[in-house]
Amino acid sequence: MVTLTKYLIGAVAALAALALFHIDPALAQEAAAAAETTPPAPTLDTGDTAWMLTSTAIVLLMTIPGLALFYGGMVRKKNVLSLVMQCFAITCLITLVWFVAGYSLAFTDGGSLNSYIGGMSKALLKGVEKESLTLTIPESVFFTFQATFAIITPVLIVGAFVDRMKFSALLLFMALWSLIVYAPITHWVWGGGFLANAGVLDFAGGTVVHINAGIAGLVCAIFLGKRYGYGTENMAPHNLVYSVIGASLLWVGWFGFNAGSAVGANSSAGMAMAVTQIATATAALAWMFTEWLVHKKPSILGIISGAVAGLVAITPAAGFVGPVGALWIGLAAGVICFFASTTIKKALGYDDSLDVFGIHAVGGIVGAILTGVFALEAIGGKPGLLEGNAGQVLTQIWGITATIAWCAIATFVILIIVNILVGVRVSQAVEVEGLDINLHGEVVQ
Amino acid sequence: MKLVMAIIKPFKLDEVRQALTELGLQGMTVTEVKGYGRQKGHTEIYRGAEYAVNFLPKIKIEVVVPGKLVDKAVDAIVAAAKTGQIGDGKIFVVPVEQTVRIRTGETNESAL
Repeated sequence: MVTLTKYLIGAVAALAALALFHIDPALAQEAAAAAETTPPAPTLDTGDTAWMLTSTAIVLLMTIPGLALFYGGMVRKKNVLSLVMQCFAITCLITLVWFVAGYSLAFTDGGSLNSYIGGMSKALLKGVEKESLTLTIPESVFFTFQATFAIITPVLIVGAFVDRMKFSALLLFMALWSLIVYAPITHWVWGGGFLANAGVLDFAGGTVVHINAGIAGLVCAIFLGKRYGYGTENMAPHNLVYSVIGASLLWVGWFGFNAGSAVGANSSAGMAMAVTQIATATAALAWMFTEWLVHKKPSILGIISGAVAGLVAITPAAGFVGPVGALWIGLAAGVICFFASTTIKKALGYDDSLDVFGIHAVGGIVGAILTGVFALEAIGGKPGLLEGNAGQVLTQIWGITATIAWCAIATFVILIIVNILVGVRVSQAVEVEGLDINLHGEVVQ
Repeated sequence: MKLVMAIIKPFKLDEVRQALTELGLQGMTVTEVKGYGRQKGHTEIYRGAEYAVNFLPKIKIEVVVPGKLVDKAVDAIVAAAKTGQIGDGKIFVVPVEQTVRIRTGETNESAL
């Protein structure tokens, strides 16, 4: 429905522009005449296309090298190459998975199953021609933009099981996960599936990307078990400067992620950018001050973790809330994700090594619920709780619940299958000596 | 000839080097080391996970000194490396049987 509306608005705007500037009255009349009989053809907008080309490039930058460095700095030196290798290899692998089937399963009509999954009509990008359009941009750009989202989501999961997963198992798991978990949930929310029809608001992927990755990460961390020596050995980050560079690249790239999700160079993108900046800065400071109170020192790992938590939480809300809503979302994300990644994690005892659950799932849930609270009709066309629409919060919770349920069950089943086929975990000897030398034959001196 | 081996705080290296140079000693060997004495270690906290770091970074200086300069050298190191705080380090003096300068074949004190 949203797609159709945008489609119509785009076409009407293009016709209005033609009429206004009298570029070619004959063509305008012809187009107007055509509009009376058949639906107007979508028109390419060069400004929108330019912004989406840019967004696509900087969202890829979030994964390589952004996430690779953010995570790489946090692992021990003996495993840094394996971590970076995982990020890079998943980027390549998921590009092909997305091209072969993922994009089609997420963004085409699935016929009788359309509520749950798309079809295979665009497998291998069949029918996606040079001139094909999605809204006002070439479909080739839309495909690549969405590919960068499909890439970053599984790469986020990597943080949960660093230092202990087999590389072969990782490749198999990620390819299956992308098709069985990521593509359907993307279809539910953005491809016309049942969550889109229920009115779930998820501007840039709070549910699709972050809750999804965070829950999968938790299931993986529990399934694989703790790192050998967890709780007794020193597992301190080996170089936090890498992590700071990575987090900074994530922040920059996130403008492509959130403002790019407007799929156009317009006022929605502008507001998405502003609220992203506000929520991120607020969450970074909120985490830092909370840590300062609890652990007596404001840490660099703390402030960058808070920034990422803020980026995650504002993701579903970006096109729907205003600056004040962003402030509250950032504040909540910074404080809640701090406790989720420290006190709660310690109490529950799982080894979610780099806090994929504590930051991405928890931050995503905070953001998704608060989107239902702070959504403003004047910004995204949907009112939230503060404007009297309490039902939106329940709709958001329904979206969260459905995502968690499918993601947790399917991730668990995929892990069982991969474990039977190749085994998910490296031997203890390999783990103690390090993955770099044993799995890849290389080391950082 | 004695080997004077001093473990000192890293930021004191330059003052110690200068003090020994002023005594007329030419050359020394410096190594970055880790260890602990009464200072023990410290605690690092990453997202709430505490790690006790038992070994602290120190600098080890090794210099072979002619017998008549040993006391002066030890005094110079103590004066230069002292902060009065716990963790200032230690000095060990051990006898050296023989020294050879590889380039010329000179031996013992003339090789220093």
